[in-house]
Amino acid sequence: MDTSRSPLEATGFSRKLAATIIIVYMIVTLIPITWMVATSFKSVDSAISYPPEVFFEPSLEGYVNLFTNRSRQPKDYLDSLPPPDTWYEELVRSREMVITGPSKFLPRYSNSLIIGFGATFFSVFLGSLAAYALSRFKVPLKDDLLFFILSTRMFPPIAVAVPIFIMYRKLGLGDTHVGMIILYTVVNLSLSVWLLKGFMDEIPREYEEAAMIDGYSRMQAFFKVVLPQATTGIAATAIFCMIFSWNEYAFAVLLTQFNAQTAPPFIPTIIGEGGLDWPAIGAGTTLFLIPVMIFTVVLRKHLLRGITFGAVRK
Amino acid sequence: MAEIEIKNLHKSFGDFVAVKNSNLIIENKEFFVLLGPSGCGKTTTLRMIAGLELPTSGNIYLDKEDVGYLRASQRDIAFVFQLFALYPHMNVRNNLAFPLKMQKLSRSEVDAKVLEAAKLLRIDHLLKSKVSSLAGGDRQRVALGRALVRRPKAFLMDEPLGTLDAEFRELMCLELRKLHDDIDATTVYVTHDQQEAMSMADRIAVMNEGVVLQADSPKVIYNKPKTKFVANFIGSPGMNFIPINEKISPSQSSIKLLDSSLNIPQQKEGTDSNKNFLGVRPENLKLVSENGVKGNVFGVEYLGSRKILTIETQLGNIKIRVDSDTQVNINEQIQFDTLNNNQIIFDGSNDKALQSDFMS
Repeated sequence: MDTSRSPLEATGFSRKLAATIIIVYMIVTLIPITWMVATSFKSVDSAISYPPEVFFEPSLEGYVNLFTNRSRQPKDYLDSLPPPDTWYEELVRSREMVITGPSKFLPRYSNSLIIGFGATFFSVFLGSLAAYALSRFKVPLKDDLLFFILSTRMFPPIAVAVPIFIMYRKLGLGDTHVGMIILYTVVNLSLSVWLLKGFMDEIPREYEEAAMIDGYSRMQAFFKVVLPQATTGIAATAIFCMIFSWNEYAFAVLLTQFNAQTAPPFIPTIIGEGGLDWPAIGAGTTLFLIPVMIFTVVLRKHLLRGITFGAVRK
Repeated sequence: MAEIEIKNLHKSFGDFVAVKNSNLIIENKEFFVLLGPSGCGKTTTLRMIAGLELPTSGNIYLDKEDVGYLRASQRDIAFVFQLFALYPHMNVRNNLAFPLKMQKLSRSEVDAKVLEAAKLLRIDHLLKSKVSSLAGGDRQRVALGRALVRRPKAFLMDEPLGTLDAEFRELMCLELRKLHDDIDATTVYVTHDQQEAMSMADRIAVMNEGVVLQADSPKVIYNKPKTKFVANFIGSPGMNFIPINEKISPSQSSIKLLDSSLNIPQQKEGTDSNKNFLGVRPENLKLVSENGVKGNVFGVEYLGSRKILTIETQLGNIKIRVDSDTQVNINEQIQFDTLNNNQIIFDGSNDKALQSDFMS
């Protein structure tokens, strides 16, 4: 018998089994994403061809279509134009069209960034203040308050869509960045308060007591000593809040149209000639994936520790 | 540095009374230890002096100024925590500089003070280290450094050696006391470890159930405990208590014990209770060959420099300290007697020691 191995370590077989399961799961989850990315590099014809093309000639048509508005022109008009200055103009001309201006994708994308990061910042900031207070102070009816905070997530947020819609119209918050940031912050707060309270509870009080004795106010101690130690919790919470606000679709469809519309309701509406422009939709979705992916990769170390926090006491 | 005075200090958490109307005066430059079992209110008292808890009633004076209800940050005291509470996200230098950053000093002044404190504690080579990479003793030194870098009016320490291993604790006891003397500090030190208390303190206050039972020098606390609790808590093993079933009158100088009579220090105080106790330290008893109290050896503990015998007698179990080379076997019949006239009579009605020639 092999005694060089600790009995707590996995055997070779179970490791291989685990690896196989992970690989199968990875393939299942990655196929749609791969297909989406592949579609973004297909031409319009190739994207809708049947049987689907697995190997195809890559084209940037989808990305060009995503960022531009175009119109079809008669051949003699196109011939009368001066030769195209850029590669993308040339690409559009070859489809017998001209670029009439930039599309709405960039403003929608920046709306998503502003609202997503804004809502994440406020969820985490307000959440950490509330969590600290609930963790450290005697708050009357604390348990009931915490339950009430949690109960706001016991139904899908969209269940209250109608009252929110009416409220936002009365308050003039419909189709505004502020309105969307407030909405996503409110939806995220319960998760953020609960997650962060767990982390705050784990931070010994001695740290802030030491800081307060050293001449700092409680607020200063909170920012200089408590918050830096809650980094893991804040990162984990921020990822969850970010993913929700970034991906939220239903409220965005309902409450935004022109000014504050985010990317999720915009992308599926990209219409080409004679139907949906699949390569452009693929391109938009691919670009939409990138920020949240970077955000998660940067914070992933904290994410893992964040999810398993408190499981083993240090 | 400063004098700390506590007047009628009272603290309750809901129904639980942590500190009951305590009065203490801690002199300037004194090393003062609050000693007691866990839950006796010693840490609560310390935290009230620090401003981490507010008193329910009563006053705390720091240099004659009433600070009892001020914020911790307004009191100019320093606190060393049991778990050190070093900020893990800062290196040693920043930990030491942290208290100075609130004082609006120039960078060079801060650096100079940090270096001075670090040199005093011999941690100047560690200034750039991360706190998490330090050994227990070095962490302790950094915690002390952070306390003294500001040169506060008083140092408050809450079992700062509690997490160190035994060998290191003795070393740190010596260092702490030396540090205290070197910088003319006023120190209030909380511990449940009587050896730490005895070895460092100028004066010890023994607390139990929220009450300060006695505040005196270690020698007085040990030899002339004012209550049965102090007599039992201090010393290892604690004092022997032999029940005496007679009233004690003032000026009495002997008591009846079994069939014989025993001389005791002349009493200055009596009691009407007829269930009192005679207190004798184990080292104030000796083995004799005749005319002693007879007993049966129940247990022998060998402690290197001495042996502790537990003797079963008609008076109850009695502990005696003897030289470690004394040959005694379990179940052996022996006799013992008192070595000197240092007995104390405790009033059975309130557990207080009665005044006598010895006690006063």
